[in-house]
Amino acid sequence: MTAPAVKVRDLVMRYGATTAVDGLSLTVETGTITAILGPNGAGKTTTMETCEGYRRPHSGTVRVLGLDPLAQHRELSPRVGVMLQSGGAWSAVRAEEMLRYVASLHASPLPFAPLVERLGLGSCGRTPYRRLSGGQQKRLGLAMAVVGRPELVILDEPTAGLDPQARRAAWDLIEQLAASGVTVLLTTHHMEEAERLAAFIYVVDRGRVVSSGSPAELTSSGARNTIRFRAAPGLDTASLAAALPAGCTAHEYAPGAYQVDGPVTPQTLATVTSWCAAQGVMPESLAVERHTLEDVFLQLTGRELRS
Amino acid sequence: MTSLDLSPAPGAQPLPHMVAAHALMETRLLLRNGEQLLLAIAIPLLLLVGGAEAGGLIDLGPGRRIDVLTPGVLALAVLSTSFTSLAIATAFERRYGVLKRLGASPLPRSGLLLGKVASLLVIEAVQLSLIAALALALGWRPSGGVYAVAAVGLLVTLGTSAFAALGLLMAGTLRAEATLAAANLVYVVLLAAGAVVVPLAKYPEWMQPVVAALPSGALAEGLREVTAGAPLGWQRLAVLACWSAGAAAVAVRTFRWE
Ligand SMILES: Nc1ncnc2c1ncn2[C@@H]1O[C@H](COP(=O)(O)OP(=O)(O)OP(=O)(O)O)[C@@H](O)[C@H]1O
Ligand SMILES: [Mg+2]
Repeated sequence: MTAPAVKVRDLVMRYGATTAVDGLSLTVETGTITAILGPNGAGKTTTMETCEGYRRPHSGTVRVLGLDPLAQHRELSPRVGVMLQSGGAWSAVRAEEMLRYVASLHASPLPFAPLVERLGLGSCGRTPYRRLSGGQQKRLGLAMAVVGRPELVILDEPTAGLDPQARRAAWDLIEQLAASGVTVLLTTHHMEEAERLAAFIYVVDRGRVVSSGSPAELTSSGARNTIRFRAAPGLDTASLAAALPAGCTAHEYAPGAYQVDGPVTPQTLATVTSWCAAQGVMPESLAVERHTLEDVFLQLTGRELRS
Repeated sequence: MTSLDLSPAPGAQPLPHMVAAHALMETRLLLRNGEQLLLAIAIPLLLLVGGAEAGGLIDLGPGRRIDVLTPGVLALAVLSTSFTSLAIATAFERRYGVLKRLGASPLPRSGLLLGKVASLLVIEAVQLSLIAALALALGWRPSGGVYAVAAVGLLVTLGTSAFAALGLLMAGTLRAEATLAAANLVYVVLLAAGAVVVPLAKYPEWMQPVVAALPSGALAEGLREVTAGAPLGWQRLAVLACWSAGAAAVAVRTFRWE
């Protein structure tokens, strides 16, 4: 078992009176893709930037590739590819020129042309950075993060604002990175993306980890799935609840519309249908709704937008 | 699709290579910037021609006009590049996250600074050559021989270091827009009141000690003296060295990278 690529323990980060990160711990296993999910202002960027050596932890420890990101920055920087959430290039620099410049700081950079082609930067290679579209700036940022052939890449919202093709190209690149032995830590607001890419997800809110696990673990265990059906109004939902496995609830949320919540298994479904048979009613529009990661996310972080 | 081998092969280039790459990048960006070029090349050359032709407009005191004017214009070129341009460029690098992003690259901060200095020196070499060539064509006759060349080199190096430290101090603490305004203002104020083009002796007597203690005064006055065949005064070097050390010490403590 190799040592984890990133290990954050009880990290606390403050900006003046604001506590941006509040006792956060996470581990990124070598060679995997790990995603941090969380609402705006949750502390994702702050956590990543502490791993990148930009900020000194207020308390707690951060180890990246076994090193201290601040004290051993010189040793670490060639080994870690960084994509900032925004900016990071001169406004007048041409896209190609910027990428070549970053490449020229590294001992054995990726070949230029295939990388440019992979991320579709060819058509805007001569365009100054300030005139690149938001998505093109993002793609350049991603190229800059990987061009030095790092062992670990830390990507802050790598696909925000990308069109579907570019997003797919970015996903392919990120998946290929992991397949080639590069460890990936990324943030995202797209559940689909986290579900597809990440082996492990941390859901962060108000500077803390509120849940973590593989996408499957997050959506099945703990998550409350739902069975809905229609039947005659006024059935005795208490008797249905009594028949169901422990942890399930049943109620009539509108006249004739019933809902069962809980860990939905084939057993639960069979119980519902046999109960209907015993009542002499036909369940119509019977549907099992598996909660998506998005539902889980909203349950965990609250349904209301917070500033 | 061309295959791309993404397997890790991390490593940094040797420091001199990275410094050269950075210096080249900054030089290219400056040469692409119209306003910066105007400040660095066009204004000094125009001032040289205009000042040499427009005889009675500004009294430069005794001596041949072009011989008094040229060292002042050389000093102005150093001021514009190592202070104004550097401050503005660095402030916007800070604003646009360039300094931040480079902080995560293999280029260490010392390398970044060296790269900036190397770029300054390249640009100054171009500026000074152009100004000197035009001045010679206009009849400039510097005296002092090899000794004067060495003294000019020393003054320009120390002057660059003093102005650069002040420029970085400004860029690392003020917002980008404030730096843009303040760096241009300082340039104009020093041009008018810092003994850059007009010799120190032409200033009111009570102002002279103050102006001589400014980095612009020390540099320009020193250049005028050595190109006129006079020895290099230690006070000039001391003033420049003090500004360098003082501004650098404060800049190191106050510089904000974001
Ligand atoms: N430089 C800063 N100075 C002061 N407060 C900051 C600074 N950077 C972040 N914060 C605050 O810290 C908290 C966490 O911010 P952070 O950028 O880490 O969030 P995030 O999870 O990356 O959000 P987003 O999804 O919007 O990018 C926020 O409340 C933010 O206002
Ligand atoms: Mg963020």
